[in-house]
Amino acid sequence: MSEVTLVEAVNMALARAMSVDEDVVVLGEDVGVNGGVFRATAGLQERFGEARVIDTPLAENLIAGTAVGMAAHGLKPIAEIQFMGFIYPALDQLLSHASRLRTRTRGRLTCPMVLRAPFGGGIHAPEHHSESTEALFAHIPGLRVVIPSSPARAYGLLLASIRDPDPVVFLEPKRIYRMVKQDVADDGRALPLDVCFVLRSGADVTLVTWGAMIHETIQAADALSSAGISAEVIDIATIKPLDIETILESVEKTGRCVIVHEAARSGGWGAEISAQLMERGLLSLLAPVQRVTGYDTVMPLFRLEDRYMPSVDRIVQAVHATLEFE
Amino acid sequence: MTAPFIFDPLQYLDPDGVVVSEPLPEWANDVATLIRLYRTMVETRAFDAKAIALQRTGQLGTYASSLGQEAIGVAMASAMTTDDVLLPTYREYGAQFWRGTTMAEILLYWGGDERGSDYAGPRRDFPISVPIATHACHAVGVAYAMKLRQQLQVAVCFVGDGATSKGDFYEAINAAGVWQLPVVFVVTNNQWAISVPISKQTAAETLSQKAVAAGIAGRRVDGNDCIAMKQAAIDAIDNARNGQGPTLVEAMTYRMSDHTTADDASRYRSAEEVDAHRLLDPIERLRRYMESRGLWVDAEERELRVETAKRVEQQVKVYLDTPLPAPQAMFDHLYATLPRALDSQRQAVIEDE
Repeated sequence: MSEVTLVEAVNMALARAMSVDEDVVVLGEDVGVNGGVFRATAGLQERFGEARVIDTPLAENLIAGTAVGMAAHGLKPIAEIQFMGFIYPALDQLLSHASRLRTRTRGRLTCPMVLRAPFGGGIHAPEHHSESTEALFAHIPGLRVVIPSSPARAYGLLLASIRDPDPVVFLEPKRIYRMVKQDVADDGRALPLDVCFVLRSGADVTLVTWGAMIHETIQAADALSSAGISAEVIDIATIKPLDIETILESVEKTGRCVIVHEAARSGGWGAEISAQLMERGLLSLLAPVQRVTGYDTVMPLFRLEDRYMPSVDRIVQAVHATLEFE
Repeated sequence: MTAPFIFDPLQYLDPDGVVVSEPLPEWANDVATLIRLYRTMVETRAFDAKAIALQRTGQLGTYASSLGQEAIGVAMASAMTTDDVLLPTYREYGAQFWRGTTMAEILLYWGGDERGSDYAGPRRDFPISVPIATHACHAVGVAYAMKLRQQLQVAVCFVGDGATSKGDFYEAINAAGVWQLPVVFVVTNNQWAISVPISKQTAAETLSQKAVAAGIAGRRVDGNDCIAMKQAAIDAIDNARNGQGPTLVEAMTYRMSDHTTADDASRYRSAEEVDAHRLLDPIERLRRYMESRGLWVDAEERELRVETAKRVEQQVKVYLDTPLPAPQAMFDHLYATLPRALDSQRQAVIEDE
């Protein structure tokens, strides 16, 4: 057991997967000699060689398309897109091929690939380095979209994603890459995909979130607790397919739900969760579902990014709105 | 490597089937090989005519014809081994048929049924890629996997002339060069991307010269000369298999048909232009050559036409007799195991009669 950060846990999972399965390869920009701009692939090329830890030409569509070809021909590629801001050329490959290869060949060819990318704001990065567009990927049938929010979940969910027989978009919240350390055993044990993690149980309100926003949400739960309000906190982790059952169970108990995400509000994944609560949990709800999100604006450059991102205060206020609803 | 900037098309037979470059390759002395190439081209064309007729009579969806370009696919596939992998675009039925994909499967595909891409024969071949050039990157991945596992296999990827304008194409040939992969990219240059002629696609004199920018071998071939096409295929595939790296083969041909059955090419090109290319036909050319050498006689031709018509009809029957898939089939291959979140939707489509 060692104390590791989230990005170190990613590295640990990659090394573990590569050491037990020769079909696992890592590819992307600067992932080899340089070990990745965030060090997620540090040491892998030294250990596993240039043929399996591949510095690619600078072309994101190529990275994703190569991974599709590798996966369809029996490898288990883990492709890295350096920042989510540059993932969009790869969207064509995910939408047109990775997500539908199994369907369109009736299972003859499959696509067991993982596409990793750091995402999210809050680190005062340059333009195009701070957005959260996970909902774009979650909209695509046939994909999984997985977002870890702690070192332990990064390790266990990444291993599960690599072993999964279908394509997974694995989005890493870079703001918390090094925020906390946690004891994580490098025991090769995966965590389950397609299920939410209930991080804290509570009776008055359900807070649903994912990725870096876990931290603000937990802080909000702490603040509410001091005021005598008991909040349940759920990390949905696999945003697609969505484990609505766990959220519904929680809302049946609390009667209130606040969804927190960094991404822009309209058409964000919170809208999907809210819609499903409406369809299946209306009679449990004591107040309308609230969303605390980024605004429907272009993500501002970093002098204003703190004003864009959901804050502990905004979350607490939204909870009060659900409590005061009549 | 430095590729030369000279791309005279490789040609052995002129449009009349007269040998213009001696000697012919050694393999061309094998009559059975020539006949099999010829036979597959004839079958491909007969299939094509039938598919269009099915579409016109409401028994098939939109269909992309391969009329006039049969030699390219057939010849390329004839130089591949069973374990090599084909990554086709639409219009490469000749290559697919040679490798064992059936006419019924292709009809099912254009007839709106995913089972048409579940090829019973070549299990590792890719399905037809409709999004232009996107599968060129897949060929890179397949070839990378082959090289990593030292499998001595080759990936063969077909794209059209329009595809060479896309980033995907350049990204793929560039990466294939960097990694010296066992892959062959075949550009079927039929001179039209729907209504856009090659002159509006690029200012480059040839498409094969794009290989120079990628640092890979490039070669231009008369794609209507089946013997030249097969020789170019052998050279490129052997090189790839022997670790000599990728090749970009530009096969010159002409799209004799509309883009698809939903297109009307008379809106953008003249009948004179199309007629002029009729004289370059690949099937006629090989037959004239074989006849001139006494390798093929009228009786054989008549027999082949009868057999071919019979085979096509039998395959059409397989297609037309295939029952509709169950509605829940759309869920059943979405993931290896259907996630619980989709159970209710799957149930709904079953119950929604």
